[in-house]
Amino acid sequence: MGVHVQTTINGDAVEFACGVDESLLDVLRNRVGLTGAKEGCGTGDCGACSVILDGRLVCSCLVLGAEMNGKSVETIEGMADGNVLHPLQQHFIDGAALQCGVCTPGFLMAAQALLRKNPDPTEEEIRFGLAGNLCRCTGYDKIVRAVQAAAKEMRG
Amino acid sequence: MSLDSHSSDPMNPGLVERKFKVIGSRVARPDGVDKVTGRARFGADASAPGQLVGLVLRSPHAHAQIVKIDTKAAEKLPGVKAVITSVDLPDYTNGDRSMLDILENCMARKKALYDGHAVAAVAAIDAATARKALALINVTYKILPHVTDVDEALKHTAPIIHDHIFTEGTPQKSEMPSNQNKHASYGHGDVEQGLKEADVVISRSFKTEQTHQGYIEPHSCLASVSPDGAAEMWVCTQGHFVYRNQCAILLGLDANKLRVTSSEIGGGFGGKTHIWAEPLALALSRKANRPVKLTMSREEVFRCTGPTSSTSIDVKLGVKKDGTITAAFAELRYHGGAFPSTWAELGAQTAFACYDLKNVQTISKDVVVNRPKTAAYRAPSAPMAAFAVENAMDEAAKAIGMDPLDFRIKNAAKEGTKSSYGPVYGPIGIGPTLMAAKNHPHMKAPLGKNQGRGVACGFWFNFGGQTCVDVNITPDGNVTIAQGTIDVGGSRASIAMAVAEELGVTYDHVRSTIADTSSLGHNDMTDGSRGTFSTSMAAIFATRNAITVLRNRAAKTWEINVDDVEWKDGSAHPIGKGHGNLAPLSLKDLAAGAGNTGGPIAGHAEITADNAGVSFGTHIADVETDPETGRSLIKRYTVIQDAGKAMHPSYVEGQYQGGAVQGIGWALNEEYVYGKDGRLQNAAFLDYRIPVCSDLPFIDTQILEIPNPNHPYGVRGVGETSIVPPLAAVSIAVTNSTGVRQTHIPMSPPRVLKSIQDAKAK
Amino acid sequence: MRYEVPVTAKEAASLLMKEKGKAFVLAGGTDLLVKMKAGVVAPDLIVDIKAIKGIKEIKKTATGFTIGAAVPCAALDENAALVKAWPGVVEAANLIGSKQVQGRCTMAGNLCNASPAADSVPALIAAGAKVVITSSKGSRKLAVEDVPAGVGRNNLKKGEFITAIELPKRAPKSGDAYLRFIPRTEMDIAVVSCAVNLTIDGKGIITKARVSLGAVAITALLVKEAAKAIIGTKLDDATKAKLADICSAACKPIDDKRGTVEFRTTVAGVLARRAAETAYTRAGGK
Repeated sequence: MGVHVQTTINGDAVEFACGVDESLLDVLRNRVGLTGAKEGCGTGDCGACSVILDGRLVCSCLVLGAEMNGKSVETIEGMADGNVLHPLQQHFIDGAALQCGVCTPGFLMAAQALLRKNPDPTEEEIRFGLAGNLCRCTGYDKIVRAVQAAAKEMRG
Repeated sequence: MSLDSHSSDPMNPGLVERKFKVIGSRVARPDGVDKVTGRARFGADASAPGQLVGLVLRSPHAHAQIVKIDTKAAEKLPGVKAVITSVDLPDYTNGDRSMLDILENCMARKKALYDGHAVAAVAAIDAATARKALALINVTYKILPHVTDVDEALKHTAPIIHDHIFTEGTPQKSEMPSNQNKHASYGHGDVEQGLKEADVVISRSFKTEQTHQGYIEPHSCLASVSPDGAAEMWVCTQGHFVYRNQCAILLGLDANKLRVTSSEIGGGFGGKTHIWAEPLALALSRKANRPVKLTMSREEVFRCTGPTSSTSIDVKLGVKKDGTITAAFAELRYHGGAFPSTWAELGAQTAFACYDLKNVQTISKDVVVNRPKTAAYRAPSAPMAAFAVENAMDEAAKAIGMDPLDFRIKNAAKEGTKSSYGPVYGPIGIGPTLMAAKNHPHMKAPLGKNQGRGVACGFWFNFGGQTCVDVNITPDGNVTIAQGTIDVGGSRASIAMAVAEELGVTYDHVRSTIADTSSLGHNDMTDGSRGTFSTSMAAIFATRNAITVLRNRAAKTWEINVDDVEWKDGSAHPIGKGHGNLAPLSLKDLAAGAGNTGGPIAGHAEITADNAGVSFGTHIADVETDPETGRSLIKRYTVIQDAGKAMHPSYVEGQYQGGAVQGIGWALNEEYVYGKDGRLQNAAFLDYRIPVCSDLPFIDTQILEIPNPNHPYGVRGVGETSIVPPLAAVSIAVTNSTGVRQTHIPMSPPRVLKSIQDAKAK
Repeated sequence: MRYEVPVTAKEAASLLMKEKGKAFVLAGGTDLLVKMKAGVVAPDLIVDIKAIKGIKEIKKTATGFTIGAAVPCAALDENAALVKAWPGVVEAANLIGSKQVQGRCTMAGNLCNASPAADSVPALIAAGAKVVITSSKGSRKLAVEDVPAGVGRNNLKKGEFITAIELPKRAPKSGDAYLRFIPRTEMDIAVVSCAVNLTIDGKGIITKARVSLGAVAITALLVKEAAKAIIGTKLDDATKAKLADICSAACKPIDDKRGTVEFRTTVAGVLARRAAETAYTRAGGK
């Protein structure tokens, strides 16, 4: 039996119907047409599907679509302000913090959540704050540096 | 700097020393914005009207005869549109055993050869229906004895996996089927004599466990076969032309009827050089008459794509007290999973490649076991060989009281050295990387309690291969590039930089895209560190050919001889007497007038890029080991590597850092764990432990530039060498932090703690 | 498969009781969804308890703290009073999975999932925590160590679910600590773990203690002998050695992909000693 859901995604009112067993990730990708969140594992171990749900960072593969009634979801597609990239996005490009780029949306959401809670994190806090996001290309070096640079810019 | 526009052959790779304007800068990649905004489309991000969901049924047994597959109930389930087994993939390979092996790996025929081997597949209207259908397929197996360990597989008592495999390359022709598919030997001189001359002989055995490339994007493809036999496929791959060629053969299609478009690729590292489920998606689509999307789960990626070999290696070294190596010997046993391979042979070739040796011999034994078919993993086979050899080198140096780095410097290969695998080296970087390590501040930094430092070096060949590039000038005077090698880490930017450099325009006027298989000639895949090396070479040649066209158009416009036209700084300039009043014609001018001077302006190049230029690296690792738990953490890490010429330094650094961290993961925690039942126990990121961000420090890099004389800009491949030294460097560091020689990778805490306790007990 | 979002505990209990098929409680879902995806469970009914009034609240009460069953672990370290009183419990809860998982997972779920390696469970046992279990008949309380019945099994009856976890009021000069052994620095399941909770007197002598071990038996263990060994001491070296030996001796582990019997047994003692040192320091001992 399916469920009917009214929710908010990146500030827009969105309605969808889905099966009870469909994850928020399934819904975003297959029903809402937002494929920025990626399925790297489906078990909460890689962070590639990270989104922010009512202010908290979550793996969208571990949330049911059915739970979204009245909730607010932020995804990578809503991170830039129109044509202006968020400082994290710009520093990821400028600092070569992505290679293949498949983990990048998840890292950006996690970094966004981290900096909202802690605008001036230490290197160690960044590393532990991003430990739920796997990257196999970069060795994390340039990712940590990009987050440091963005945090500095955002602090002004 | 102008190109010598009078050079007779625009396709001459001869290196000319030059100052670069674009090469060596850190420009933004063309796919950057799409990748930070979620727009970039990866394998699983495409859809087609009417598409079905494909799923694969896999063997739970390590080795079993397939007695019967009953698909009737699955076929009857409403919403199921196709069910296939090996019957639906008839053998079109025409006696080509290696292609038949690929087919058999994609779908088991008479036997399931490993836990996870595909036995059937379904296409249904949605995932839930497809899952139900899989559960309704009834396979009758007859379970056979299995073997998953490389040394066990070589024993007389081991079950023979394939009746048709007889060991190739042995002195006597083998008469009995064997699990060893190949025997090979490399080297020169007389090792026995060398050992007699030695003051000290080091003899050690080493083991490394199987690891996976661990790319974050699971394999995914969207296949669509029309009733007329023409087919399209969207797929994440390191080589869409190779996928096209192989899938066409296996499906019995002409290659021109299968158009393959590559998606953005979410990591490959060698794992996406082989076809796995793609022929199944095509066969399902053909049977169902609808597009089929087939995306692997993470569990499937671990169980049934291509990890690297586990190995068992013996090393023997003879050294004199003055540090001379008198003899070097290694026997290397690697498995290829359930199918024949040559991974041990690659290990044997690379093992002693860093050294100048008078007497050296390596023997390789390639073995089949009941594990998934192994694929390339970044400098395939070299890291395990380096682990064994570098530890022996470290031990030998310590045995004669010499600093291990000085010992390596004394014995390093150089220009003119006959390598241990045959060829004589040209200009190479091993000596400079070792000297750079010796002079690096890292070597002088103090170590804390329970900390140890390890230094190790490594080698990788680098490949070239078949490549073609189109350079097209747009009517508004900009440039598009169609390249056929997959961009795995920013190569579209590097290729555009090369074209901008050659053409004398700025980077923002040039944009490169990956062409589909119907839009460009064949290209080999992105492997062997060949992507940027070979594609930039082809792009430079294509640009030079375009410049020839541009000069001709300018000559036509000016009505002068083409020899009197020079291409400089993005414009045609008249040279010689009598043309003084002609204003230069820019790329924009020539493009605008192209319709009147002979039509569109383009340059093409098709090459087999030879002489990729071997690559060397030296790494320094500081590790802290908890003596009570055996857990090791990396405290500091430095990568020093020769890049030839670093086209985009940030991307070169990224390759150094990424490879080093993959090697660190392999050294410390990554391994396939098989149960006694032959089943993989840790097919998830939870228990297949790749490094996380908090496990690591920043990874320092030092790029050395020793130009490759066989590339116009001196470029060498840079992608793979960085994974070669870490297993060795980290294990030597742990050896130094614990006082116990580490001979088994990964150095997981239980293994290291046991080694400490065993040493204490002695 | 049906999905229900009751707004009262009574309604939730009634849904769970009445369901003829397989009913599952959904709080954070970080175990349930993984099991559903793997095909290990196939629910007929999912009861999402997060809309129940008060179930996402942390309350400081006269007798300690009441933590609602649907409080995500990430919310625990945002409560300064809780962190001050029970740093060991909070750090254990914030070791479960990743930041993403902590945004969803709950201690009640960690407990009901009944993995012997659950991070928050040894810390709750050492703390002397109790759970409030609700059914359509009313509610009852159970000590945390009595909730797991075995690997993946718990002692809740049909129609029952946990609505809150109660932590006792903190005595002065008390401290707790939780340590787990994992091969990496994050994202792993505990190979072995230990929690120590203790109270000292004015002279630094331990007057009360509870010690719990995880991942060394089919459920987390309350090791009373270990507590006895440190009570009446100032945690001197000989006591710490004895504590380590007792904890190692209490282990009944297995060999698996994560560790060997030998490794778990040895490291249990090491962690017990280190956790006791931290708890002692937190209590103000020197």
